[in-house]
Amino acid sequence: MAAPSSLAILVIDENRIRASIIEAGLREAGHEQVTVIHDVAGIARRIAEIAPDVIVIDLENPNRDMLENMFQLSRAVKRPIAMFVDRSDQASIEAAVDAGVSAYVVDGLRQERVKPILDMAISRFNAFSRMARELEEARGELENRKVIDRAKGILMKSRGLSEEAAYALLRKTAMNQNRKISDIAQSLVTAAGLLGSQEEP
Amino acid sequence: MNAEHQITAGFMPLLDSALLVAAREIGFAEEEGIALTLVRETSWANIRDRLAVGHFNVAHMLAPMPIACNLGLTPLASRTIAPMALGLGGNAITVSNAVWAAMEAHGARPDLDPRSAGAALKAVVAERAGRGGEPLRFAVVHPHSGHNYELRYWLTACGVAERGVEIVIVPPPLMADALRAGNIDGYCVGEPWSTAAALSGSGRIATVKAAIWRSSPEKVLGAGAGWAEANPEALAALLRALYRAAIWCADKANHAELASFLSSPAYLGKPEEWMLPALSGQIRTGGDGERLVEDFFIPLAKAATFPWKSHALWFYTQMVRWEQIRHSPAHEAIARDSYRPDIYRSALKPLGVPLPGANAKVEGALTAATPVGSAGASLVLGPDGFFDGGIFDPDEIESYIAAQNSGRSGS
Repeated sequence: MAAPSSLAILVIDENRIRASIIEAGLREAGHEQVTVIHDVAGIARRIAEIAPDVIVIDLENPNRDMLENMFQLSRAVKRPIAMFVDRSDQASIEAAVDAGVSAYVVDGLRQERVKPILDMAISRFNAFSRMARELEEARGELENRKVIDRAKGILMKSRGLSEEAAYALLRKTAMNQNRKISDIAQSLVTAAGLLGSQEEP
Repeated sequence: MNAEHQITAGFMPLLDSALLVAAREIGFAEEEGIALTLVRETSWANIRDRLAVGHFNVAHMLAPMPIACNLGLTPLASRTIAPMALGLGGNAITVSNAVWAAMEAHGARPDLDPRSAGAALKAVVAERAGRGGEPLRFAVVHPHSGHNYELRYWLTACGVAERGVEIVIVPPPLMADALRAGNIDGYCVGEPWSTAAALSGSGRIATVKAAIWRSSPEKVLGAGAGWAEANPEALAALLRALYRAAIWCADKANHAELASFLSSPAYLGKPEEWMLPALSGQIRTGGDGERLVEDFFIPLAKAATFPWKSHALWFYTQMVRWEQIRHSPAHEAIARDSYRPDIYRSALKPLGVPLPGANAKVEGALTAATPVGSAGASLVLGPDGFFDGGIFDPDEIESYIAAQNSGRSGS
């Protein structure tokens, strides 16, 4: 079996963090010839210089149409680049599209050599989107806590409640209405704003 | 409300996604029992790939794209059909201010006339070649697009040498920026991406699709063939919703509301004044120029939503012309079968709207508006046709292909 390091891999991803995660994964897997491009300006020349065997690109990139066209006009990159993995491998294509990654493969490269690269890219893409989602959730959590604090403040001021009692009232209301505490808190803050009550810090 | 059908449609941020947007926003889809989800995409390749893997049931698609899919011309493609068109016209050809100034020196006028603009461009290209300058670089949105074929048709018919203009691919929303940055000298794109350059002062609209080929096809509803076969009722309901959306979009009284929907962040996310020129036909050409093109974008009239097999076959002749595929009777049959007027007719019959009696027509045969044979209400087609007087008879494909090849070698 040929050493995996003999494949030249080009990663095109405007998201630098995700690109570095993929690059790290490829290097861990023994691929040494990995090039990462963030910006597609002048890409035809770069492809000609790098002469990649495999190109991995994210589906968010609006320049996919341009890239595909370059492969069709092989004279633009001076090499015969053609295929999207293996057309017959529907499951692998679906997983790639689900994850948001696309791979273009130099003509004549055997599928078994490319599959591990695409599989790795898919799992790294999935890991990245999970990470991004968790970050989003954490951010939302922080926002919610702020809203709940403001709602508690409003209740404490307008109803003369202790902080504990204010929170208990929010929780009870949320349970009765089968909604989230943060939703109840947000409604209260909005309503207070509309009614012009003073809840400025 | 519990919808009978769940349909997910991909779309690109372009004015001619209007029928899908109106079908959802005005409620035509809902009235047909459809919960319609619209997903904005960033590239035509994504539209094709996500339709192929079943993320989308249907999509806003470049009219040649289902044909290219079925001919196996694209990296990832599955059987795709076009049971409906999403309007006629809608594109424009825009050039940089520098190219326009050079064209004006050779007699181009801001009247969108394709002949004088083409003659002027030919002179500019010859001048550059004489100086040993780089060829002009024009952009289109995809190799299998009406934009690519109509730009090449126009250039060739005007005698612009093939080597004088390089044609590259740029996504629609990036066109005006690429022009301003000097990466390209001109482009052919759907609205509002020419108006964007004209209003911001970075380019001039030289001519329009409606002048190069009147009443010409642009986008279609692409549907996964497997999904369409398994869900004929859902597809028929969607075609009815889209047809009713087309009636709504064609009504001048609704243009302000339509522009406001399209400009919202969920769809194009661009100012309303970018949408209005294409809807009204009052085209802002750049500078202070303004020109009325009444049939700039046609959502309903002239059977604008009917998937003519002659349209599919014309695109096929252009794929052959520009060496994307070799001509054979088998390929021709695949192109013809990609468009499905049969599905269109059976879905829309209950609406009692005009349905063309024929599946194909001779393109360029009607110089004036002409009533034609139809079922339901009466139907008026034309004027149509190519600016150079060319006629495309779908029964004479071989001779059309032969003629265009000989025309090409002479350029």
